[in-house]
Amino acid sequence: MTDLAIAANGLRKSYGDKLVLDGIDIAVPHGTIFSLLGPNGAGKTTAVKILSTLVSADSGSGEIRVGGHSLATDAQAVRAAIGVTGQFSAVDGLITGEENMLLMADLHHLPKDEGRRTAAELLERFDLTDAAKKPASTYSGGMKRRLDIAMTLVGNPRIIFLDEPTTGLDPRARHNMWQIIRELVTGGVTVFLTTQYLEEADELADRIAVLHDGRIVAEGTAEELKRLIPGGHVRLRFTDPAAYQSAASALREAARDDEALALQLPSDGSQRELRSILDWLDSAGVEADELTVHTPDLDDVFFALTARTDTPENSENPKEAVR
Amino acid sequence: MSTISLAVRDSSTMLRRNLLHARRYPSMTLNLLLTPIMLLLLFVYIFGDTMSAGIGGGGPDRAKYIAYIVPGLLLMTVGSTTIGTAVSVAMDMTEGIIARFRTMAIHRPSVLIGHVVGSVLQCVLSVVLVGAVAVAIGFRSTDATVLEWLAAFGLLVLFSTALTWIAVGMGLGSPNPEAASNSAMPLILLPLLSSAFVPLHSMPGWFQPVAEYQPFTPAIETLRGLLLGTGIGHNGWLAVAWCVGLAVLGYFWSTAKFNADQK
Repeated sequence: MTDLAIAANGLRKSYGDKLVLDGIDIAVPHGTIFSLLGPNGAGKTTAVKILSTLVSADSGSGEIRVGGHSLATDAQAVRAAIGVTGQFSAVDGLITGEENMLLMADLHHLPKDEGRRTAAELLERFDLTDAAKKPASTYSGGMKRRLDIAMTLVGNPRIIFLDEPTTGLDPRARHNMWQIIRELVTGGVTVFLTTQYLEEADELADRIAVLHDGRIVAEGTAEELKRLIPGGHVRLRFTDPAAYQSAASALREAARDDEALALQLPSDGSQRELRSILDWLDSAGVEADELTVHTPDLDDVFFALTARTDTPENSENPKEAVR
Repeated sequence: MSTISLAVRDSSTMLRRNLLHARRYPSMTLNLLLTPIMLLLLFVYIFGDTMSAGIGGGGPDRAKYIAYIVPGLLLMTVGSTTIGTAVSVAMDMTEGIIARFRTMAIHRPSVLIGHVVGSVLQCVLSVVLVGAVAVAIGFRSTDATVLEWLAAFGLLVLFSTALTWIAVGMGLGSPNPEAASNSAMPLILLPLLSSAFVPLHSMPGWFQPVAEYQPFTPAIETLRGLLLGTGIGHNGWLAVAWCVGLAVLGYFWSTAKFNADQK
């Protein structure tokens, strides 16, 4: 247990009679990225708030240790080890970006020169030098988020909580943020990341836990989770009914959709598998007019993992990549 | 680092943050300053003759009435400034940066202490400005000794500290800045119900206890005595007791609210 950066057993929290976290276990080794994946209202933010000492866990929870310190008895030591970037930007909008950074340097009790140097370096690293003298309230969403992370890094925390760091960012800003997170981990930092995007967890996380209605319904690497998810497939569409019929008889394992003249082959969407499917189609003499790859998204994950409670068989909203 | 030096260091960092806010956005402070200055001019130049005739029992004497109401208005300035404190604390608590402070290994009450010290400094500055206006329209306190002046200043700082801690509690207890401004209204209404504008004995009998048993009246009577040489009597100790009581109450109320779990 001591070699884990974050270790929680039976973490519980309810507000009034609303149960938010129903006894979740979390174990995050040092220097890895752990992602808590779930839809709005699943309890992700509550988990981050508890682990970052903002709210206390219910008394029925087991022991929770962050950075080797007990959350219940030594919150101040936990705070010294962590950095938090919340869902809503934790910057002071009334003062400039540079002043925000110097404020953090002062609160971490850095000597004046070192504080200035650290602030300047981080502003440079996050491409905020030009905007450093402007009030943070005038920043764009992506800039605010970068300033937010830069402020979190002033104290050189070994464990960083990122609560939906890319929600509301445009694609370019999102990819920048991913790059930043990867760089953090190369420096040996442990990252606890929450997201509602499977793609994001897939890109970044070493381990993913899927949170649903306050419970962890699945946990593993991205690969392990994807194996749990049905719904990834390649769809072949034909315009000529005759071509469709011959293809259907050649590809017996494909699911048929006679009305649309389409066939579906199970696939995880990987390049390797796609190539083997294409080779196989070639050797079977099948030539489709359109081929689309459907990869499972969060909807699929949830429908699959919570199928016992609510039962939509198939998501009608798969992400598509037309080739 | 010891707890005390950590507290002092973090509090001074927070104070610098609050002073930066006040310097960048002075409109609120100036707005709140207008009320006591307008009341001063209104009571002296519009109502002054009638009021002084009523109080003195003799003919109208505007100069005497200026002397009478200035101590009350100086303390009313403090009340008005602390409304601003309640509002800015409530506004601050809606900011994400406060959540960040809570997750940092800093001296926790420093967030509030920064607000309090900043607000007390603003109170002193505001009182000096209102005092300057009073002197400009004829207020004089030439009989007071240096010691009395120092005591008056001390009372001012103590009174500001007490009201500010209460205002911080009001700000923390309010869900938004508008609500904070409402719940802090007593801080500017109480001086109107005190001996600031007319003496206690001139009020209806049933109302006199309301005016007497509240912090403004003893503080005003004490300040009046220090600046103008009128009798202070037991008001001095009463004023100090009120201030210390309110400051302690406000401190524990505020820190308890600040340390409570956030939703």
